[in-house]
Amino acid sequence: MTPRIEKLRKQSLEAPCVLSPERALLVTEYYKNNEPEIHSVPVQRALALRHILSGKSICINPNELIVGERGPSPSAVPTYPEICLHSPEDLDIISSRPKVSFKVDEKFRKAYRDVVIPFWSGRTQRDRIFNNINRSWQEAYRAGVFTEFLEQRAPGHTVAGKDVFKKGMRDFREEIHEALSQLDFHNDPNAFEKREELKAMDITACALMEYAKRHAGELDKMAEEEKDASRAEELHQMAQICKRVPSGAPSTFHEALQHYWFIHLAVITELNPWDSFNPGRLDRHLYPFYSRELAEGTLTREKAAELLQAFWIKFNNHPAPPKTGVTAEESNTYSDFALINLGGLNEDGSDAVNELTYLILEVIEEMRLVQPGSMIQASKKNPDRFIKKALEVAEKGFGQPSFFNTDAIIQQLLSQGKSITDARNGGASGCVETGAFGTEAYILTGYFNLNKVLEITLHGGTDPRSGKKTGLETPDLSSFKTFEELYEAFEKQLNHFAEIKTGGNNIIEKLYATYMPAPFLSLITKDCIKKGRDYNAGGARYNTRYIQGVGLGSITDNLTALCLHVFDEGKVPVRQLLDAIKADFKGYEDLRHKLVYNTPKWGNNDGYADRFAVKVFNSFHDAFNGKSTPYGGTSRINFLPTTCHVYFGSVTGAMPDGRPAGEPFSEGISPVQGADTKGPTQVILSAAKIDHVKTGGTLLNQKFSPSFFKKGENAGKMISFVRTYFKLDGHHIQFNVIDAETLKKAKKSPEKYRDLIVRVAGYSDYFNNLGETLQDEIIKRTEHGDM
Amino acid sequence: MKGIIFDIRHFSVNDGPGIRTTVFFKGCPLRCRWCHNPEGQSFDPESYTRINKLTGREFEVREVAGNSVSVSQVMGEIEKDIPVYDESGGGVTFSGGEPLGQPAFLMALLNACAGKQIHTAVDTCGYAGKKDFEQVIPLTSLFLFDLKIAKDEEHKRHTGVSVTPVLRNLENAAAAGKEIIIRIPLVSGITDTGHNLSRLRDIAASFSGVSRVDLLPYHSTGICKYPKFGRSVAMDCKNGYDENRAEKIKEFFLEKLPEVTIGG
Repeated sequence: MTPRIEKLRKQSLEAPCVLSPERALLVTEYYKNNEPEIHSVPVQRALALRHILSGKSICINPNELIVGERGPSPSAVPTYPEICLHSPEDLDIISSRPKVSFKVDEKFRKAYRDVVIPFWSGRTQRDRIFNNINRSWQEAYRAGVFTEFLEQRAPGHTVAGKDVFKKGMRDFREEIHEALSQLDFHNDPNAFEKREELKAMDITACALMEYAKRHAGELDKMAEEEKDASRAEELHQMAQICKRVPSGAPSTFHEALQHYWFIHLAVITELNPWDSFNPGRLDRHLYPFYSRELAEGTLTREKAAELLQAFWIKFNNHPAPPKTGVTAEESNTYSDFALINLGGLNEDGSDAVNELTYLILEVIEEMRLVQPGSMIQASKKNPDRFIKKALEVAEKGFGQPSFFNTDAIIQQLLSQGKSITDARNGGASGCVETGAFGTEAYILTGYFNLNKVLEITLHGGTDPRSGKKTGLETPDLSSFKTFEELYEAFEKQLNHFAEIKTGGNNIIEKLYATYMPAPFLSLITKDCIKKGRDYNAGGARYNTRYIQGVGLGSITDNLTALCLHVFDEGKVPVRQLLDAIKADFKGYEDLRHKLVYNTPKWGNNDGYADRFAVKVFNSFHDAFNGKSTPYGGTSRINFLPTTCHVYFGSVTGAMPDGRPAGEPFSEGISPVQGADTKGPTQVILSAAKIDHVKTGGTLLNQKFSPSFFKKGENAGKMISFVRTYFKLDGHHIQFNVIDAETLKKAKKSPEKYRDLIVRVAGYSDYFNNLGETLQDEIIKRTEHGDM
Repeated sequence: MKGIIFDIRHFSVNDGPGIRTTVFFKGCPLRCRWCHNPEGQSFDPESYTRINKLTGREFEVREVAGNSVSVSQVMGEIEKDIPVYDESGGGVTFSGGEPLGQPAFLMALLNACAGKQIHTAVDTCGYAGKKDFEQVIPLTSLFLFDLKIAKDEEHKRHTGVSVTPVLRNLENAAAAGKEIIIRIPLVSGITDTGHNLSRLRDIAASFSGVSRVDLLPYHSTGICKYPKFGRSVAMDCKNGYDENRAEKIKEFFLEKLPEVTIGG
């Protein structure tokens, strides 16, 4: 790391997260003073973005190479009152909560009190949603059956395609003008809407060009005033770059990064889309610039690394906008889920790994930042040394990169109807979500609490937490004669809540299309220009609505416990189980012990348990998959939790697998915490039993001790471990390399860490199996980093 | 046919090539003082008390180490991992206890694995009847062969049996052209004397089939298991093996052998 990067990195890590009123004031000013109603909604939105970009402060930090901040300084985070208005009470919570808090100063509070709240109160997108949605939806939402992604943040969940690196705003404008000239008002009844949308896109393209020019002007000024000659020259060059991009297409490595960054800023300033935005297949996009400049001698490997590191820091300067309520619970992070993709395939199906791929992996390792996230796409065509290099970075224990199966992703995209080229240009974003980059709007719309549905089923349609009849009236557990009857009731409740959720989606998606178009995001997403349609109204070539299942491991273990103890063996009377659940197992400790320790569990390649995972997976899939959305899209499923397994756990009582009330559920498709006692191969063999190709992504988390990676010979075994899972169509796996802190927790609560494997000396063993002395020794060794 | 096994471990990465499944046979003719698998010593199932902890409470559970299982039951577990063997170049390792303590069962399993084209390794102390051992040799692809003490009298003192049959079986395996990995436990003052190590090195170096020597530094994990099985600790050694000493021994072996690891 060069001294410059060290300074920038330090500044980024130390910048306090604060709320900035700048954007909120500018957007309010636009709507208040500019008679927006004389324009169509898309044009209003475009003019609002232009107003923000032309009025916001320009921030150029000392030593920077890539410029542009969403707020007035690093980690100064704007708000989006037209989507979600924070009340004074919200601001108190945001500023005082122990996790993921933001400083809120008096200036911000005053701006909100005097200007922002009075104007937006009652007229935000969030108000529209809650005013228009059905009561049954509201009840299920309050009960914690599902969440709603779009109540505080705009649809996003998309990734830049190759065009973004090949075209400038002038090129996009030409396309827009071409589309405008093709409009046929005589024969096309929608020509007017198309014209307004295209006009709006054109305004945003110009707005971004102007915004970049303001940076160029500031840089020129700084260059003149700069005493250090070499920095002055650098500033001068940066000014030249900001004059060329994003107006024109980038022609150098440095320009490509700066070009993308301006586009990124426009996307996350226009609205607060989920998953910020993301350059996608970065090694592929940048390689032409890199290889050409390296050959021409205008760039070195070291300089490229420094520019990439500067680029990384820009992401880290941009925490997710503040979230409150259920949105904060489901996604309680500063991370805004930009996920850089490396490796995978080229459009022609060949191996896409190049020299830059390895360089970027080195950057990831050296930067050690939470943002941007990173992943590798591993195809059967990618070389082992690529996976090995990625494992070496993963071993460092900060959870990056994660590992994705390109060949499964391509199968998923093809089965969803994408062309082979678009599928090969795709990847995963956010946590694990599959998408065709640059051509698809794949919008996550909410987590779904599978276990809550089971809890409601076990209580005949009543939510025991509220006592309300949230579900359908079905017979309660004591009246079921067979497990099949129970499962049938569960499926009925599942379909019932799926209908409620889908109904809500149909309303919310209409509201976004009508009131909250995103002309800038549309401009860079294919085929919005061609169709003259907005990203939020089905303008993209492909449109997908995703619902995220949560707690597959938990529900599998719950159904297994019910089937085994109540029906197959019949040794636990239904009444007793229901009483124990009601009592949160107080006074039923022996029963709980049996449920936890003497019941097959998901993640052990045990057919008895695993068949329920497959069954629930298929029911969940069938409940949602294939439904049409209002704008020509299709509803699909994936399995990821962010932090929602904690929230869903907090609203659900004790469960038949022995989990006490309020405790988190399992995450993604991973086994219940500590329930996988047969080692990692049995976990992947279990996980591969569900049909990953029918999803848009699944998340599997696997713990390993750092020592396991240390041994040279094990590297090859880890590669084959990953490849085994991927051969079986597994979508994603991430390695959670265990630190001393985890080992200490494991010593204290062994039942939660039954899966924890450590390397002892010449062999590995379960941590719980070790005597206390040895446990302490291993903790000590891990602390010293020489394990 | 049935045999007694006390564990099947998946994801074994230290018991031969690739990712393996290890089947632990119950019963061992040796009583090494440093043994870290006391549950593998007796040939009979043994009950013991396991303590399960749950939210601070302890539950005592009577468990049995050692189940009588059929060949097809064990094969069922082994075959589950075929995708893993295929990808990693792994297979099954029969360990223990001593797999040759139940020779007919071992041979039946080796034959069944051969039928499924699954790579096999036999992790043995080498103390077995001549005929049994000779029958096993053609059935396995690899031996993980323990060598502890070269001098018969000392071998008897620390393991309870003579080293002569061990060396004879090793010689026969080598003569048959089998790949052999020699594994030497490093126990301070017992196996790691200069004299013993030099003898063991000569033995290992004398067979061309020996592809590698694994030095296994003594560790104290077994200690906590002894009382569980109603045995008093045969040897008390709280400290781990001196790492520098292990490194030096590795260097010493490398003088005459192509590949030496610490820890296998």
